Amino acid sequence: MARILVIADHQDGDLKKSTLQTLTLARELAARTGGGFDIAVIGQGVGAIANKLTTYGAGRVLVVDDAKYAHYLAETTSKAAAALAKQTDASFVLSSTGTTGKDMLPRVAAILGQGMVADCVGLAGEGATLLYKRPMYAGNIIATVKVNTPGAVISVRGSEFAAAEPSGGASPVEAATVDGGTAKASFVKFDGVKSERPELTEADIVVSGGRGLKDGDNFFAVMEPLADALGAAIGASRAAVDSGFCPNDFQVGQTGKVVAPKLYIAVAISGAIQHLAGMKNSKCIVAINKDAEAPIFQVADYGLVGDAFKLVPELAEKARAARS
Amino acid sequence: MKILVAAKRVIDPDARIKLLPNGSGVDTQSVEYKVNPFCENAIEEALALKEEHDAEVVIVSIGPDDVTPTIRSGLAMGADRGIRVETEDAALDSDLAARILVAVAKHEGDVDIILLGKQAVDGDNNQVGQLVAEYMGLPQACFASEVSVSGTTVTVTREVDGGLETLSMPLPAVITADLRLNEPRYASLPGIMKAKRKPIDELSLADLGITDTALKVELVRLEEPPARTAGVMVESVDQLMDKLVNVAKVL
Ligand SMILES: Cc1cc2nc3c(=O)[nH]c(=O)nc-3n(C[C@H](O)[C@H](O)[C@H](O)COP(=O)(O)OP(=O)(O)OC[C@H]3O[C@@H](n4cnc5c(N)ncnc54)[C@H](O)[C@@H]3O)c2cc1C
Ligand SMILES: Nc1ncnc2c1ncn2[C@@H]1O[C@H](COP(=O)(O)O)[C@@H](O)[C@H]1O
Repeated sequence: MARILVIADHQDGDLKKSTLQTLTLARELAARTGGGFDIAVIGQGVGAIANKLTTYGAGRVLVVDDAKYAHYLAETTSKAAAALAKQTDASFVLSSTGTTGKDMLPRVAAILGQGMVADCVGLAGEGATLLYKRPMYAGNIIATVKVNTPGAVISVRGSEFAAAEPSGGASPVEAATVDGGTAKASFVKFDGVKSERPELTEADIVVSGGRGLKDGDNFFAVMEPLADALGAAIGASRAAVDSGFCPNDFQVGQTGKVVAPKLYIAVAISGAIQHLAGMKNSKCIVAINKDAEAPIFQVADYGLVGDAFKLVPELAEKARAARS
Repeated sequence: MKILVAAKRVIDPDARIKLLPNGSGVDTQSVEYKVNPFCENAIEEALALKEEHDAEVVIVSIGPDDVTPTIRSGLAMGADRGIRVETEDAALDSDLAARILVAVAKHEGDVDIILLGKQAVDGDNNQVGQLVAEYMGLPQACFASEVSVSGTTVTVTREVDGGLETLSMPLPAVITADLRLNEPRYASLPGIMKAKRKPIDELSLADLGITDTALKVELVRLEEPPARTAGVMVESVDQLMDKLVNVAKVL
């Protein structure tokens, strides 16, 4: 019976929502293969995170808590994850498509000799004959792929899955001992983006600004009041990030973050396919652009042509009034 | 110092992708190929390191004869020589591409840095660099936005969720390039002329001693996702608010 191991994605002591979205796929996969799943949390001081994961139906929640993992490094974390997969007899290893998952999972696949499905958006096939769906070409094509190895390593695109709800029960939390080896790379520093706003990939509403906002001061002057009024996360096009308006962490798109909030408002963004790749599955899309021909309008549910510097403050004002 | 750069050609990222009628693959009749944008950043970074540290830069591409222009464009930018490993596109998956690159690195010997793109924008797999690193037992720094070499150490800034992370690695090491790493140079006319005379070695899988060519991941079929239905244009912020509150009910 094929077992599944889910590697929890966490940052700064917080469990990421993408872990719960990954659990949704793990449950589906477990139903298809007839096996169960375990969850592993790797890091330092991650006991509290493990305790949050005991009610989702996992066989066990395994904790690797060691100073060695205080700062994630691909070499050691992938080795530890692969060792845990062996210990738990897991033929499937899942984690989310955050930058940690993208960085680490291929190494896990190499160690275990399994094929890897990157950015999985769903399962296909019948019963135990598993096929996987994944986007290619900036999401313009959905591929159905088959994995020829006995199991698979899967990175899961969180935006395609609802967060798992607790299913009751109490999975035992167990300390696991694994050999993660020693990393040749060493951590030097992390320059984090501090924000009081919701995380881009976890927010119900995302407001994104583009190059049309001219510069960093204008970007924040226009976008922050709107985000405040809506309780939204702020995103950006690559051109806005490249031009230094805002940090890289804001980038939405093929090569940035993929989001699917219930409301996405694109401000002064033209709608290049690489940007659409990161937001076109949002439930409701609003575009504000002064160019009536901008391609963003082709995916927008509601389009408003005009000057963002005039329209966005008005929208922020009226949204604040409507919500209060 | 020797730097190996893996470069892939992809269908023009701005072109509309057409599928074969039976969904078995992409219609490649009359498509235009371009160098994968991330690979251009990888090539540029190798050339910048060459200017600073006197390195030899070798461009590797795996594929049929039509990947040769990709290698030539790297040579025209200033790389020293090329290697093409003969395969058909359909006979490759990420794992085999990685194992081929590992075999090329071993065949070359004393490679200090292997530079790749963070992802090829056809398959969007974002795997090959990480697989190469694991198979070779090397440290990796993926999604690089800054690279600097000092002696036998390379320091790399990475674009990660939540900010920028800096790692330090002893050479040899694997680095995958993100788009903000640099601005790829254009080839000069003399560069293009010189590139015509630079050597490109052609190797077969047999030359590299690769006998296991089984694919771990195979495409079964391709399809277009359902298109979004066209929306409506509104005339004012008031109309927009009305739609969001009363029709879409998202506020
Ligand atoms: C390999 C690759 C990967 C990429 N990955 C990504 C990615 O992940 N994410 C991403 O976003 N892009 C990505 N891109 C870049 C993408 O192709 C576009 O260049 C980028 O999305 C454009 O950003 P933009 O819409 O802000 O800028 P522009 O295309 O310059 O558009 C600016 C828009 O602002 C409008 N405007 C100007 N002034 C105003 C005003 N006062 N009021 C209202 N509207 C105004 C203009 O009409 C215009 O439509 C990638 C490109 C490549 C090659
Ligand atoms: N066929 C290939 N030939 C040369 N390099 C490749 C090939 N496939 C992938 N690569 C390298 O691996 C990187 C990541 O590709 P991928 O993991 O497929 O998204 C690319 O940017 C290239 O540097």
